[in-house]
Amino acid sequence: MSLLDVSNLSVRFGPLEVVSGVAFSVGRSERFGIVGESGSGKTVTALAIAGLLPEGATATGTINLDGQPLPRQEHEMARLRGRRIGMVFQEPMTALNPLMRVGRQINEVIQLNSREATPLPAVEGLLAEVGLAPEHAARYPHQLSGGQRQRVMIAIALAGQPDLLIADEPTSALDLITQAKVLDLIADICERRQMALLFISHDLKAVARLCSRVAVMHAGKLVESGTTGAVFASPRQNYTRKLVAASRFAPRSQQRSGKGTPLLDVAEVTRDYRQGGFLMWDGRPLRAVDTVQFTIAEGECLALVGPSGCGKTTLAKIVVGLDRATSGFMRLRGVTYHGSDLPQELRRDLSLVFQDPFGSFNPRLTIKDSLGEPLRLEPHLPPEGRHARVVEVVEAVGLGQAMLDRYPHEFSGGQRQRLAIARALVTRPRLLVLDEPVSALDVSVRGEVLALLARLQAQFGLTYLIISHDLDMVAAMADRVLVMEAGRIVEEGQPEQIFAAPQHPMTRALVGARLPDLEASA
Amino acid sequence: MRRFLAHPSLMVGLCGALAFLLLGLTSLVWTPFPIDQIDIGRRFLGPSAEHWLGTDNLGRDMASLVMAGTWTSFLVAAIAVFIGMGIGVPLGLAAVIWGGAVEWLVLRLSDFIFAFPAVIVAILITTLAGPGSINAIVAIGIFNIPVFARVARGGALSIAKLDFVAAARLTGLGNAMIAWRHLLPNIMSLLIVQGTIQMSLGILSEAGLSYIALGTQAPDTSLGLMLREAQGMFLVHPWLTLVPGSAIVLIVMALNLAGDGLRDAIDPRLRQSRSNVLA
Repeated sequence: MSLLDVSNLSVRFGPLEVVSGVAFSVGRSERFGIVGESGSGKTVTALAIAGLLPEGATATGTINLDGQPLPRQEHEMARLRGRRIGMVFQEPMTALNPLMRVGRQINEVIQLNSREATPLPAVEGLLAEVGLAPEHAARYPHQLSGGQRQRVMIAIALAGQPDLLIADEPTSALDLITQAKVLDLIADICERRQMALLFISHDLKAVARLCSRVAVMHAGKLVESGTTGAVFASPRQNYTRKLVAASRFAPRSQQRSGKGTPLLDVAEVTRDYRQGGFLMWDGRPLRAVDTVQFTIAEGECLALVGPSGCGKTTLAKIVVGLDRATSGFMRLRGVTYHGSDLPQELRRDLSLVFQDPFGSFNPRLTIKDSLGEPLRLEPHLPPEGRHARVVEVVEAVGLGQAMLDRYPHEFSGGQRQRLAIARALVTRPRLLVLDEPVSALDVSVRGEVLALLARLQAQFGLTYLIISHDLDMVAAMADRVLVMEAGRIVEEGQPEQIFAAPQHPMTRALVGARLPDLEASA
Repeated sequence: MRRFLAHPSLMVGLCGALAFLLLGLTSLVWTPFPIDQIDIGRRFLGPSAEHWLGTDNLGRDMASLVMAGTWTSFLVAAIAVFIGMGIGVPLGLAAVIWGGAVEWLVLRLSDFIFAFPAVIVAILITTLAGPGSINAIVAIGIFNIPVFARVARGGALSIAKLDFVAAARLTGLGNAMIAWRHLLPNIMSLLIVQGTIQMSLGILSEAGLSYIALGTQAPDTSLGLMLREAQGMFLVHPWLTLVPGSAIVLIVMALNLAGDGLRDAIDPRLRQSRSNVLA
């Protein structure tokens, strides 16, 4: 008999049905994955199983745990959640109480779920099980790293000794190396405790790495399910096929020959931040970028990779002129600058595409106004010329002129990222800095945006500086890769060469944390 | 529009406030009797067909007085809100966009003004320039400045971190233009809500200042001044106190309902949390 049986589950928010007729079952000690894009209803399904649906949602259908339907009373449901179902959420910082030491938070759950028959697990034991030291119990959540906080969440989920662990995107807020470690940890624990796992993610590779069976959700419906190998190796439905295809990056077709003339020189750039404001003499400054030196040639695509917090975004801000280098300088087309003192005439040669497509447009301005804003850098352009430019870029990114009078909220994430690229191109820049251009997008639109970037590069002869932690994307796009750690560039080379034979320990860690491709696991 | 109709308290509050505003506006062109017409012979009359709310100790028509007083209250409060917004919002935005020393200065300045309630400022102005409704406007207006500075700063702080502000900086847009084009439109709803609440506080403050004879002076009238004139006869003629008193209560309640309703109707956080659930 299976542990969890979901049949004909539907969830509505008023007139809107977000989950419709979902049915699946999870066996004892089985690891089951649900994949789907944002808005596909996978999180709501998980919340329905845990009885944690938000107010205003109504669920129909049956959910059986161990053959018993879930209790209706909140009190009994709360007991069940503690003892039978453990949950790990996406964002560990908001899921933990910031004012309580983590040891006490774990202990609270242990006390709440104490049963007469079984001995209580100890906080130390749980911490050791999730790979933390006993002294971590005395820390507050903000004193732990993202990965450590997620480990604490897992320890809390384990405190009630559940039969089923629900993990909702447990690694998507973590960087690549931590993600691989946390996935391994979850796999280990499920193995050791013979615990069933319901793993929810948008990342096909993570699901393939962890789960033996998988279901694909799309627009509230279960599209396809089966063993992981079968679903990902030979998908039967169109949607699954699209998803699987999108999670692989086609290697770039042509290798550009030779290096062009240097476009941008970055010479020994360093950025220090003063720490702990109150006592100025107290503590040495935090060095975010440490004597970084590189050159980008005309028409090149250079990638900067590194774990989160290594200073890559700070470097990008200095290059485009949003921040100022403490020492060192940059030279663009023969003009030297230090960051925010970038002369006005040169600003149109540089532009930046932001990571988050939802924050990069002013919600109160029409798309036309937002796209036209950078054109103030070209004061000689007549009004009709401005309009022509805006139309030109919007068509270059594959959207229509008719969309210009709309407001940002009327567009999807992928469309907004296209518009953000259009805004970056409107001044016809030479160098485009892309800060994690696809990491906030759904898998199925990532491929489209990357293809667009490749086409635009060929069409306008652009030079790219891509900042990312996603090695697969970098391998598909970049001519040259710089690896950054703690503000320094530690390795440089062609992508094939770096990923095949990494020299520096950080590069090795990054390459090692890369999840295997779907074919390999199939 | 449907969003607004879905909040009954907002509709009740808005309708109530607008009704009083109309009443006040009417007093500019027409009142049942002139408010400065003193006729001792008809004093202390109860409500009747001729005098809807009766007459006061000088035989003036109470309905006319309430209408004119309501207008004074609205006018004083509205100009004071205008002063507060006009000075406070630019200060708050400047604090966000320049940061550093400017921010420190704005925050300390608003702390400093917060330390003096409107009454103290009004007493100060009265000793310097004599009593009158202009002084009440200035005193309440000064009191409004730090309120709007803080609201503007609080709202703009979270918006200034968003990428579109960085994108505007990339295009070489100056600080003042970024504040005007990108920050101000996005905190407008917060300011409207705060403006409604400050309106009701302003009407209360005006009544208070007139009551202690620092605001409007006779022969003009205001609701606070009516209370002041009626207080000596409260035990004999309670009606004279009840009429302006309940007018103040009703106006302030209507404005507060409207303010709270507006907050619910346009608070972006409430709307966002709902869409996050679907993600």
